[in-house]
Amino acid sequence: MKYIDEYRDPELARKLLGEIRKKATRPWTIMEICGGQTHSILRNGIDQLLPDTIELVHGPGCPVCVTPLESIERALVIAGKKEVIFTSFGDMLRVPGSSKDLFMVRSEGGDVRIVFSPLDALQIARDNPHKEVVFFAVGFETTAPANAMAVWQAAREGIRNFSVLVSQVMVPPAMRAILSSAGNRVQGFLAAGHVCAVMGYEEYEPVALEFQVPIVPTGFEPVDLLAGILKTVELLEEGCAEVVNRYGRVVSREGNPAARALISKVFEVTDRQWRGIGSIAQSGLALREEFRAWDAEKKFNVTHISASESPLCMSGSVLQGALKPDACPAFGRECTPEHPLGATMVSTEGACAAYYTYHRNCNTL
Amino acid sequence: MCLAIPGKLLEIFDENGLKMGTVDVNGSVTRVCLEYVPEIQIGQYTIIHAGFALKIMDEEEAAESLKLWQELIESGAFDPEELPPSTDEL
Ligand code: SF4
Repeated sequence: MKYIDEYRDPELARKLLGEIRKKATRPWTIMEICGGQTHSILRNGIDQLLPDTIELVHGPGCPVCVTPLESIERALVIAGKKEVIFTSFGDMLRVPGSSKDLFMVRSEGGDVRIVFSPLDALQIARDNPHKEVVFFAVGFETTAPANAMAVWQAAREGIRNFSVLVSQVMVPPAMRAILSSAGNRVQGFLAAGHVCAVMGYEEYEPVALEFQVPIVPTGFEPVDLLAGILKTVELLEEGCAEVVNRYGRVVSREGNPAARALISKVFEVTDRQWRGIGSIAQSGLALREEFRAWDAEKKFNVTHISASESPLCMSGSVLQGALKPDACPAFGRECTPEHPLGATMVSTEGACAAYYTYHRNCNTL
Repeated sequence: MCLAIPGKLLEIFDENGLKMGTVDVNGSVTRVCLEYVPEIQIGQYTIIHAGFALKIMDEEEAAESLKLWQELIESGAFDPEELPPSTDEL
């Protein structure tokens, strides 16, 4: 298929690898932010093909993994209500709350439905005027345009039986949090290509400058990832803390202006909890006051609900690149994709699930 | 949620005042909202997230960067003697 096959060309990939080997004269630690990239790196064995001096650490860019436990608990309470049709992306249904998940709510009689787009949830609201339809609006900058449009459209049409439970997070504040943390080892970043498709990469330029790290937006196919790693290594070797785009077919400096405009009309920046990491200042989006009628948190009065994490799970360290999943004592033992203890084991984009699926630790499996 | 592969636009229509379309994503046909890429034409490829087209693929850019990488190889920048041990998985 066009735009796929040429980026899976083994010959080109092999040659990019050869070039990385030649350019890397010192050890470097590079973080890929995006869970989709983590998945692709492990699936294609890129981490094992790189020279030993290049270490890839996996970042917090899995939306399912970082959605805080309190948001999950709020979703469970709302989904359990008789008058509610609760809608969500499929991968949120198995995320464990403190005692159950959305699938269990469904088996107990709750009306929980998987949708592909928040506009589908809005359609369910049009079709069911006597029900309250709630959409679980989670994700990074890639889902924010969709969620903003659903709320905008609901307001425009005056659809009052629709609301969104918002848990939107943003990448640059998380990068700053990682770079400022005491044990930080990250020297360069592969930036998430599709987040940059929306937001562009101008907001990474001050991060690169302040922390003196190269940042390279790239895609998800092997050739994209290797070209991104090659550029990052070149910049590191040259001591060049710049943002260089390696995903030109999708990413421009300013991103998608129409999407950015609607995001800031509907949402405002707020502090957000990240599962496993804690609160990061100014790292999330919340509905603006004008749209409070579509805010499920207010509509169902669940803001007070809080929750605390299982002490066994070390996903906070995993998400910040401080711990490899197979170093967690529960990995592959108490915690598997069938019985996940933490969110990083639930999602296919989670680092723990990717390690498990691609057998990165043979001792415990 | 963030894994997205490009889809090819098949048709454009209006629904509830929104510009919508159908795309072929690797053989399966899906509905998407086109409000964020109003200039898109049938036959173009786009990145899709949560049912929204977010970026029209830049064909020229794509061809150029592939050519650049290819040239790098042909100009001998890569040393075949130093090939990595195995690329089976790629
Ligand atoms: S292996 Fe399981 S328990 Fe350990 S960090 Fe990952 S999700 Fe948490």
